[in-house]
Amino acid sequence: MKKLIDQEKVIKNMAGRLVKNNFFKFLFFLATVFGLIVLVVLLYRIFTQAIGWLDIDFLQNFASRRPEEAGIKAALIGSLWLMVIVAPLSLILGVGTAIYLEEYAKKNRFTDFIQTNISNLAGVPSIVFGLLGLTVFVRGMELGRSVMAAGLTMSLLVLPVIVVAAQEAIRAVPNQLREASYGMGATKWQTIYRVVLPAAIPGILTGSILALSRAIGETAPLVVIGIPTFIAYLPKSIFDTFTVMPMQIYNWTGRPQEEFQHVAAAGIVVLLFVLILMNSIAVFIRNKFQKRF
Amino acid sequence: MAVIKQDSPTYSVREMIKEKKAKQSGLMFVEKLMPKLLLLTAVISVLTTLGILFTLLFETFTFFSRVSIIEFLTAKEWLPWNEENGSFGVAPLVTGTLLTTGIAMVVAIPIGLASAIYLSEYASDKTRRIIKPILEVLAGIPTIVYGFFALTFVTPLLKQIIPDLGIFNALSPGIVMGIMIIPMVASLSEDAMSSVPNAIREGALGLGSTKLEVALKVVLPASASGIIASFVLAISRAVGETMIVAVAGGSSPVLSFDVTQSIQTMTAYIVQVTTGDAGYGTTIYYSIYAVGMTLFVFTLAMNLLAQYISRRFREEY
Repeated sequence: MKKLIDQEKVIKNMAGRLVKNNFFKFLFFLATVFGLIVLVVLLYRIFTQAIGWLDIDFLQNFASRRPEEAGIKAALIGSLWLMVIVAPLSLILGVGTAIYLEEYAKKNRFTDFIQTNISNLAGVPSIVFGLLGLTVFVRGMELGRSVMAAGLTMSLLVLPVIVVAAQEAIRAVPNQLREASYGMGATKWQTIYRVVLPAAIPGILTGSILALSRAIGETAPLVVIGIPTFIAYLPKSIFDTFTVMPMQIYNWTGRPQEEFQHVAAAGIVVLLFVLILMNSIAVFIRNKFQKRF
Repeated sequence: MAVIKQDSPTYSVREMIKEKKAKQSGLMFVEKLMPKLLLLTAVISVLTTLGILFTLLFETFTFFSRVSIIEFLTAKEWLPWNEENGSFGVAPLVTGTLLTTGIAMVVAIPIGLASAIYLSEYASDKTRRIIKPILEVLAGIPTIVYGFFALTFVTPLLKQIIPDLGIFNALSPGIVMGIMIIPMVASLSEDAMSSVPNAIREGALGLGSTKLEVALKVVLPASASGIIASFVLAISRAVGETMIVAVAGGSSPVLSFDVTQSIQTMTAYIVQVTTGDAGYGTTIYYSIYAVGMTLFVFTLAMNLLAQYISRRFREEY
């Protein structure tokens, strides 16, 4: 009788198959660690370059032609000014859109269209948003290279990310909560405003802060709308010209003098510090307030 | 909530109803208004898309009224700065973009996929919970930082291996861009692989497969649509990436596939024009919209393709 399985052959191959398995497991592990190694190298490299250049003067000085005197003050404050526009605008528009899509919109073609539109908008390169901002805000509305023009452009850029984050947070609120609210005689908007939103707000905030930190680090659209890099004053209103940290770093990186590489590295450290701060706040909110239903 | 005021003798049920109705009408007003307001915010995103489309189309038409579309698509030289015999052939910018994108994919696809397999098939829950957030940090670093890293670290490093390497080249930004995209490929592919039900894995393991065989012969084919969609999205991301190539890729639009020399991508060209002082209304000014349009069409096509792949070829369980 012929055996269905040739035992000897299986046993003979088994060792090889296990070796192969372990070899590839190691290879896959190596690939995973590769990203982490690069991250460590990148941070180590930038921090060592920044040492000696990052001091209190660097935070207090304006841009300068002399590397020793160059500072990030105008750019750091400028980034905060940008947030003054981007944070409220993108939050209101983003959360509003999310509420509409999740709570009000009927399942029809129009809703599908908005939804598809948002996911496609998220895939548009940031530099194209810059072209939009240049034409519509800088030239069309004659806002110039102001905080306002940059803020509007950036708000539209991060809008899709905030919408998607807010939608997920709202979707995670269980229906029982809504039904209980209706059962108590609340209207739809009362339910949304007093029950759904409070339950969803930690998730919305976490996603939004991450989206805003993207806006802080984004350079390309601001280059396109022509935000200057050499500014020795602080903006007084949202219609003044200004500069932001990534623009300033870009400018320093492009300078031929060796010293400006160190200045750029110091600027990057400040930028990364702001981003880490924002991300920590996001993680804190998620861990502290996020309810699991 | 109507409170019954017992001390007022004239207070009747009729008045209670009236009071309630007065309150209701205010409430109903808000109730009717809010959906409309919210719809308005939702329409902003549609307006943004229309804004992008019209801006690009309108200014691109102006450009094509000065430079023929045939020259744009077929000429082999991109010399916008020449007053006399300038040439607007987009081909060098496209090859520059494809070159850096190609290098990025050579880095990002194998490493990203391998990380995804490790995280989804081999790693314990604990390892995954540690590694995934760190990979997300890698994705959250601003691109200008990667540009700086490419120019001041990777290029000098590569120059020790390839002595002919130019200060600006396609190789270094390509590699760094690939590293930046690894987390995206890894996380999207891992999502696709994790959605393959465990019963299928257990079936294969029960038949005597090793974990590697399960991963490569069972899980990969079952999640192929999601994985390929993640590759396409990664390509789209690399095509639109700006600052890394603008900082480290150079600004010489040449039609060549030499990765060691300076090139120029579509995005880097837009950056070069907008940081320089090409005046408003010049042909060069309008050329950035034509290039932007090309870029937009490229990335939109890629994104739609990714959606199509993941919808059309999805395996349902």
